[in-house]
Amino acid sequence: MKVSREEKQARREQKQALRRDRQEKRRQVLIIFGAGGAAAVAAGIPVVGVLLAPALTPRRAAWRAVGKVSDFQVGQTAEVKFKVADAREGQGVSSTVGAWLRRTSESRFVCFQMNCTHLGCPVHWVSSSELFLCPCHGGVYDQAGRNVAGPPRIPLRRHAVRLVGDTVEVQAQPIPLPSLHGPGLTGQGLSGADS
Amino acid sequence: MTPEPGKKPRRFSLWMIFGPLLVLISGLLWKRRTHDHPPTLPSQIQQEQSVQTPEPPPPVRRGPVGRWIEDRTGLLGLLDQAKQHRAPAKSRWAYVFGSATLFSFLLLVVTGFGLALVYQPDSTTAFGSLQAIDAHPLWRTLRGLHYFGASAMVVMIGVHMIRVYLFASYKYPREVSWLTGVALLFLTLAMAFTGQVLRWDQNGLWSVVVGAEQAARAPIVGKGLARFLLGGDTVNGGTVSHIFALHTFWFPALLFALIGLHLFLAFKNGVSEPPVAGKLVNPATYKAEYETLLKTDGVLFWPTAAWRDVQFSSLLVLLVAGLAYWLGPPAVTVPPDPSIVQADPKPDWYLTWYFTVLALWPYGITNAMLILAPLMAVVALVAVPFIRNRGERHPSRRPWAVGIVLSVVCTIAALTVVGNKEPWLPRFEAQPLPASVVASADTSVKLGAALFHSQSCEACHQISGYGGLRGPNLTSVGSRLSRGELAWRIQNGAQSMPPYAGNLSTEELNHLLDFLQTRKNH
Repeated sequence: MKVSREEKQARREQKQALRRDRQEKRRQVLIIFGAGGAAAVAAGIPVVGVLLAPALTPRRAAWRAVGKVSDFQVGQTAEVKFKVADAREGQGVSSTVGAWLRRTSESRFVCFQMNCTHLGCPVHWVSSSELFLCPCHGGVYDQAGRNVAGPPRIPLRRHAVRLVGDTVEVQAQPIPLPSLHGPGLTGQGLSGADS
Repeated sequence: MTPEPGKKPRRFSLWMIFGPLLVLISGLLWKRRTHDHPPTLPSQIQQEQSVQTPEPPPPVRRGPVGRWIEDRTGLLGLLDQAKQHRAPAKSRWAYVFGSATLFSFLLLVVTGFGLALVYQPDSTTAFGSLQAIDAHPLWRTLRGLHYFGASAMVVMIGVHMIRVYLFASYKYPREVSWLTGVALLFLTLAMAFTGQVLRWDQNGLWSVVVGAEQAARAPIVGKGLARFLLGGDTVNGGTVSHIFALHTFWFPALLFALIGLHLFLAFKNGVSEPPVAGKLVNPATYKAEYETLLKTDGVLFWPTAAWRDVQFSSLLVLLVAGLAYWLGPPAVTVPPDPSIVQADPKPDWYLTWYFTVLALWPYGITNAMLILAPLMAVVALVAVPFIRNRGERHPSRRPWAVGIVLSVVCTIAALTVVGNKEPWLPRFEAQPLPASVVASADTSVKLGAALFHSQSCEACHQISGYGGLRGPNLTSVGSRLSRGELAWRIQNGAQSMPPYAGNLSTEELNHLLDFLQTRKNH
């Protein structure tokens, strides 16, 4: 069967038209996803950034004065209050945190973070029996912060303590976040317990 | 903001809204009666479609306003279509809980809009603004509506889910309805949790800490998730505004989208018919059978099926309003100051059972279960329609389903009861044992009784009705244990009892033993 030249020409043109059509569609889809994607990313990055900011900002620690050395008696545990490390100006009561400061000798202090290592509730110091008791699920710690009964699996976390002249300073630090496998702590406060 | 003594302007503004609305409605109704609808193309198509249904709907008559709206928007036609949607005639009162969940949600949206006008989402000022809300009777009721509305939504979503599971409505072709429902359940709980935190008193503050501590156990993402919830490393000035944004924008946006999909699917696949024992779901034939059922034993959704939904939901909203008015929202009393350690944090009543679980499961598995338990719940719920999407639907032929529902409901109820007693909690406030209980002239016994209180033994152990419930009752421990056994237990402690070896002198221990040995059966 012989195909005339005109017919060949027509087929070629048809193919070219089809190809142009495909290219045109590809171009349109590219614009939709390219330009749309660029716009979505441009607007989306700041939104996602601010959404995730609390999870991504670096941890902060800060030294806070909690009183004079003479304010604390040897062998006693007292509550101290100070501003959290990431407190900003004028942020009121919720930026204050408490901790338990124990003067173990003339020049040695230990400061326990008040969050129970089970689920973070604030432990009470019961001075008569020298125990920390948790009001949520009944965790118990001894005067050295060791978990001695109840759900907690690890001791109370400690704040670093230092003496500047006759002022006691405590290092404000993040709430302890226990991990799945065990303590999983970032070493915060464990080294500088005594000063 | 204080209302003027004269109520005139208020009434006037109400009529500004209702007056024109009444005129419009009466006008539409009047025109509907008098005007004949001129044949137009859309209605012809509608008639052609409706030939298949047993009762062809009468041609829709519209007045000039109706015609104008329909021509420009097509909305009335859509509404008419929706009204012709059919439901199985036997799907009656058991089917009202889904719409009740929806109406509870709408109640929460509307009351939330109201609360957002007066609540200040800031860690410093939120507590004060809550007290201001409670000082105003109308605002207080608004907060009560939001609180009891949340309870209603949680209860209704639970009952709806149980109904769907017992009737096996999740089977073919409604699997995706179940999956969106599961997502909605967890979003609802996320809303309940963040809402509780926004009630920014001491309880709200510790709720977000406890939530973050649980999230922290997740592998890899745990720490980030915990800090995401706290809005930083600790509870701080930004925590409340962060949680507020989640509670009022992010989660509701997801809720609206998923509810839209859930409702679309309910219309697309229709409301399931009540199960009949022995009638099996077969994906090859189900849709045709369902179509036939709608023709032979179906009713119009509007108003024949919908009136029950509206009646039940209206009663529910009225009940919520009554509770909000008479009981009011939970009081906000102790300020959100993390340095106040005298705290007894507890979740709202519908999460109390989980609070109990956290206290009672074996301590050794706590860490793993904090993540595994919710994960297993998600996996189990998602798996439901994939385990079996065909076959029997009637509960009498699905004893496992009935058993699962019964055991879950009983477990949650029992854990809630226990959670309200908190027997695991040391009773710090326990009073010293009175002389009538000590009932001894011996000095050592009296000193021992005093130590029993001062050494916090009484916080966990009961004697003659005094003291905590955490440890064994010691009313007659002298008949049960020898002096040596008592001494060993006191000095070494137990799983839930601290060892007192370092805390008690030999002398004190002897007083305590003298006292405990007088505790005998009489």
